[in-house]
Amino acid sequence: MNQFVTPSPLLPDAQGLFGSFGGRFVAETLMPLILSLQEEYDSAKQDPDFQRELAYFQSDYVGRPSPLYFAERLTEHFGGAKIYLKREELNHTGAHKINNCIGQVLLAKRMGKKRIIAETGAGMHGVATATVAARFGLDCVVYMGSTDIERQQPNVFRMKLLGAEVIPVTSGTGTLKDAMNEALRDWVTNIDDTFYIIGTVAGPHPYPAMVRDFQAVIGHETRRQMQEKEGRLPGSLIACIGGGSNAMGLFHPFLSDESVQMIGVEAGGKGVATGQHAASLNGGTPGVLHGNRTYLLQDEDGQIIDAHSISAGLDYPGIGPEHAWLHEQGRVEYVSATDDEALEAFQICCREEGIIPALETAHALAEVAKRAPTLPRDHLMVVNLSGRGDKDMMSVAHYLGDKFQ
Amino acid sequence: MSQTNSTVGIPRIERCFAALKAQNRPALVSYLTAGDPNPEASQRLLDGLPDTGVDIIELGMPFSDPMADGPAIQKAALRALEAGQTQVKTLSMVKRFREKNRDTPIVLMGYYNPIYRYGVERFLADAAEAGVDGLIVVDIPPEHDDELCTPAARHGIDFIRLATPTTDAKRLPRVLESASGFIYYVSVAGVTGVGAATPETIKRAVDTLKRHTTLPVAVGFGIRTPEQAATIGRFSDAVVVGSALVDCIERARTADEAVESVHGLARELAQSVRRCREEQAVS
Repeated sequence: MNQFVTPSPLLPDAQGLFGSFGGRFVAETLMPLILSLQEEYDSAKQDPDFQRELAYFQSDYVGRPSPLYFAERLTEHFGGAKIYLKREELNHTGAHKINNCIGQVLLAKRMGKKRIIAETGAGMHGVATATVAARFGLDCVVYMGSTDIERQQPNVFRMKLLGAEVIPVTSGTGTLKDAMNEALRDWVTNIDDTFYIIGTVAGPHPYPAMVRDFQAVIGHETRRQMQEKEGRLPGSLIACIGGGSNAMGLFHPFLSDESVQMIGVEAGGKGVATGQHAASLNGGTPGVLHGNRTYLLQDEDGQIIDAHSISAGLDYPGIGPEHAWLHEQGRVEYVSATDDEALEAFQICCREEGIIPALETAHALAEVAKRAPTLPRDHLMVVNLSGRGDKDMMSVAHYLGDKFQ
Repeated sequence: MSQTNSTVGIPRIERCFAALKAQNRPALVSYLTAGDPNPEASQRLLDGLPDTGVDIIELGMPFSDPMADGPAIQKAALRALEAGQTQVKTLSMVKRFREKNRDTPIVLMGYYNPIYRYGVERFLADAAEAGVDGLIVVDIPPEHDDELCTPAARHGIDFIRLATPTTDAKRLPRVLESASGFIYYVSVAGVTGVGAATPETIKRAVDTLKRHTTLPVAVGFGIRTPEQAATIGRFSDAVVVGSALVDCIERARTADEAVESVHGLARELAQSVRRCREEQAVS
């Protein structure tokens, strides 16, 4: 359960390791690039001008701070914990993804890069990347699995409108992991002018730490807002996890607060026992993929197994290395929600709060449905409402058996 | 080459390069993915390579997510995995090869995860026993030497380092520090089988490497034809051909045709490499 551990602001170590997880498992061609990115990021962190610019874009372009909203009707519905929603879906582009993209594009600009590449699953990171690339006048190429392109058409169209080139990835199973392979292949080929904006707290060091730092604005705001509203810390934090960036952003500033429980919700797909899921911590084993050591869905021979989830954004066979570490430390509890549970919670949120959440986010809400009723009314629960669900209309209609005209 | 076996104590890769140096010719290094197009044909492909004139054999360990490889080798890995290839089967291929051949060095090439999952110590012990001479593991930079490079040395297995166009003067010592066997110069920044640098650019890079190391320097990525192999072989200690051989398997309609076609190209490459410095002396 949630035992207190030394907080990880001191991690990762110099090799990019969180305990045994993380690291820089990349081809030699990329090593000099990754080292120079790390150098640049380290200096940007100390640079007041960079921080000022970041703060300006977070407020005036992204629309931060996002509200911490008391979900009165959901609270009544579940009849237990007092539920707050951290409204990341109100950010520009409709999800938490832009917090990270703004940070990385400012770094890209600082490094004089002219071309941005990204991978995307549900398309939210792709849209956020295309958005910041447009804003800063940079070329943008987004790799997206062909399976995902099919189920996330609205986001594909948005990226194109924003001037990005969307390249369908047919290798492997045409989902997020294959898009990431293809983005890495692009990066290794276009080393001089290209900046790779990774969308989650994974990949080679410094990405997991850097993306975490850019997303930690979620947790810092939550802390302040909760103090203002309730005068105390929340009792629990709940967030969905694919790679784990929205969860890490919410959790990280609270890691050293012993009283704050944290629950990460993986995509259970058709059930972890069926093998058709995306729950790397609950159903995977440690391995090395995409530049870091972490928990992976893999077979006995070390071949990566395809993830399954109703949500394209969680459909990834790995998880950020810091989550793997927090899992082994027992600081964060990692559970899973099935496709069906997520769909049910999705509908409850629509009807009770008038908020259409992303299918990814609905996994966090599914855990709220299980947990909130068992908790006392003075328990303060914060759910990261990481994204809005407009992009999921087609999939949801399909799963609910409705005809979508 | 010497007919004595590895019991003489000098590593096979070192012996191979010493013999070729005496003949003043570069080594031909071939790459094939183990298990491609199926386990049986793959064994025949492997067993026949020394007779075509290949000096060092790189055998790919297929991985589901080969992010440093271009389309040709990606597809080879998928073909092999679909035909049921595993790490255990790859090691037994080497073992069977060694029953008949004690001289030709075999270098296993691939990604870390299948080795990590197998268990590093168990893998190294099994690989050494099977007769593996070296490892090229694309996604372990020198920063993670303790993962596999250092343990491999304890098992007498060379850890072959990649140097690339992005390996600058500042980084080079780090790359060379723990290298053994030979240095593999990746001649283009990119994935396997796509694009090629000019011979002049490659020669400059090879010359730089040779100023910093006494290890032989092999050049790979983008070498497809006997002519290209000869050009590169004039100034490097070895030329590596991979995607062009793998393409022969993809194009073949039957396994027999694949074996014939791969061995045919290997033979042409070997002849070209053997003559490349004579031609230079004559002209």
